[in-house]
Amino acid sequence: MSNDPQVGPVQTATAPPPLVTKPKRQDRPASLWSDALYDLRRRPMFIVSVALIAILLVMSLWPSLFASIDPFDPKTCELATARQGPSAGHIFGRDNLGCDVYARTIYGARNSIVIGITTMIVTAVIGGLLGLIAGTRGGAVDTVSSRITEIFFAIPWILGSLLITATFRDADLGIWIVVIALAVLSWPMTFRIMRAAVITARSQDFVVAARALGAGQGRIMFRHLLPNALAPVIVVSTINLGGFIAAEAALSFLGVGVQSPNISWGLMIADARNRFLEAPLPLFFPALFLSITVLAFIMLGDAVRDALDPKLR
Amino acid sequence: MRKATTDTLPAEGGLGNEPLLAVEDLHVEFHTRPGIVRAVNGVSYSLNPGETLAVLGESGSGKSVTAQAIMGILDMPPARVPKGEIRFRGTDLLKLSDEARTQVRGQRIAMIFQDALSALNPVFTVGWQISEMFRVHRGMNKRDSVKKAIELMDRVRIPAARQRVNDYPHQFSGGMRQRIMIAMSIALDPEVLIADEPTTALDVTVQAQIMELLAELQRESNMGMILITHDLGVVADVADKIAVMYGGRIVENAPVHDIYASPAHPYTKGLLESIPRVDLKGQDLYAIKGLPPNLLDMPTGCAFHPRCPYRQDNCVTDTPPLYEISGTRGSACHYWREVLDGDQG
Repeated sequence: MSNDPQVGPVQTATAPPPLVTKPKRQDRPASLWSDALYDLRRRPMFIVSVALIAILLVMSLWPSLFASIDPFDPKTCELATARQGPSAGHIFGRDNLGCDVYARTIYGARNSIVIGITTMIVTAVIGGLLGLIAGTRGGAVDTVSSRITEIFFAIPWILGSLLITATFRDADLGIWIVVIALAVLSWPMTFRIMRAAVITARSQDFVVAARALGAGQGRIMFRHLLPNALAPVIVVSTINLGGFIAAEAALSFLGVGVQSPNISWGLMIADARNRFLEAPLPLFFPALFLSITVLAFIMLGDAVRDALDPKLR
Repeated sequence: MRKATTDTLPAEGGLGNEPLLAVEDLHVEFHTRPGIVRAVNGVSYSLNPGETLAVLGESGSGKSVTAQAIMGILDMPPARVPKGEIRFRGTDLLKLSDEARTQVRGQRIAMIFQDALSALNPVFTVGWQISEMFRVHRGMNKRDSVKKAIELMDRVRIPAARQRVNDYPHQFSGGMRQRIMIAMSIALDPEVLIADEPTTALDVTVQAQIMELLAELQRESNMGMILITHDLGVVADVADKIAVMYGGRIVENAPVHDIYASPAHPYTKGLLESIPRVDLKGQDLYAIKGLPPNLLDMPTGCAFHPRCPYRQDNCVTDTPPLYEISGTRGSACHYWREVLDGDQG
């Protein structure tokens, strides 16, 4: 590769470069992202998790495609049939109030997905942006913001979210209170990852070269540092997404997350736990869906990590 | 990127008596935990349009730090410039605002680096990176800037430039990457090009091609070029004058032929004698005794005295100034006459 043809003083303008002898160029471009996508498409783990997530997304957007019963309609619940086992039209059985477990489980996907994805986006944007600034600027800005994140790291998340949700209980924020609680406590994670990646990128020659060729600070930050520091943030955010969904279920289980009559898997598990030995199915199905959802996102995160940054494995 | 409005920017046009670029008594120090590292201690050199100045010296001699100070890409802190001037067309760059300096960087003074792979952003195509220069600084649209990028790639002789414009840096060979770096640096027709060891990471045949390319581009555009290197072989063909650096100072400066014919500083002499020569085949290769100075703990007097075969007692106590030998030559050695004579005799 290093014996460059066509150079030196002997070159003449008459001879065009012999394109025929050049090996045929690969059709796919070789950017990090297209390489990663190419790599991902051949991973069974990625395909399985994407398929599961696709089903879950459709489920949360159009739950009526999956369940003919509307669980928000009180007429569909019959107290007399409470805790009835699976039957025709009610394949997962009925819960403590005689409502259809299958329909409720399907409709419960929406809150999990919405809360998980929103929290992920909020933490990635806030933590990423602050991490980018702290890593680029360094000095006092970096020191102060890093100490602030350490304060957040010191707060146990379940305690912190109980505090936040309890404080803003009367503000009537609906499911968004869960997003706020989780985002406030989780942005330091993305902050740290982004900051570390930016600091690594900052000392590389191409950043110095960009400065030497006249790039301003904003351009260096968004064109040179951000694209080179984005991969680890995407990986961690994807893996965190599963964690956020589990956290939402935990908060709802504790009674501070999603509130009835809204439906959430965590809430369903909480409702069913007292009669679990008698009627295990109303607890089992939401728990199963929750586990599969969390697993799907963690698998996706792992696959993305392997594709974007094999060294982290 | 805003257009330059400040009138402090150096004007283009005639130079009068002022050289294109003049570094005067430049000092650069780094404040580190073990102490203050004085990397550059009073360096002066000048450069005229169309001229090539080779700055020669080993690692740690301050040659790259001087260049980075000219570009204004030293991280401050830890670096500080306590003293000195860098006059570009008569304007002291060190006194310009950050914004005005950004205007100078890349457009008036550009730089190329030793390792072109790490100096190119891995996540963008080379065409994107070259054309960005035109989009940012010249306000061109995408299509025109890409066209200019292909023209530039042709100009630095990248074969099949049109086909390769959308390739990423890692898809190019070392020599080709350095060509791309050169294309980016000359994109805006700078008046001064600083090449910091541009061929060190390349193999010998490619080195010659890159030097030839640089010399040719310089002839076409009449840029001044500062070539930083530790390779005496690279210097001989392309440089007009040489400044030899040791321990953060210039120890000898001279037109290129004078240095090769008769060095006037023991360090330069040692460097020249340590080049392998065909006619001395079979003999031991000469090497300068000792180690380069520790910048945290510089020798007193002349920094070279612990390694110098011409050393006298006053070398340990008196720092030699740059003695003027002739109008164009200088040597920072108390005994430059002996060094010159010894070489002839």
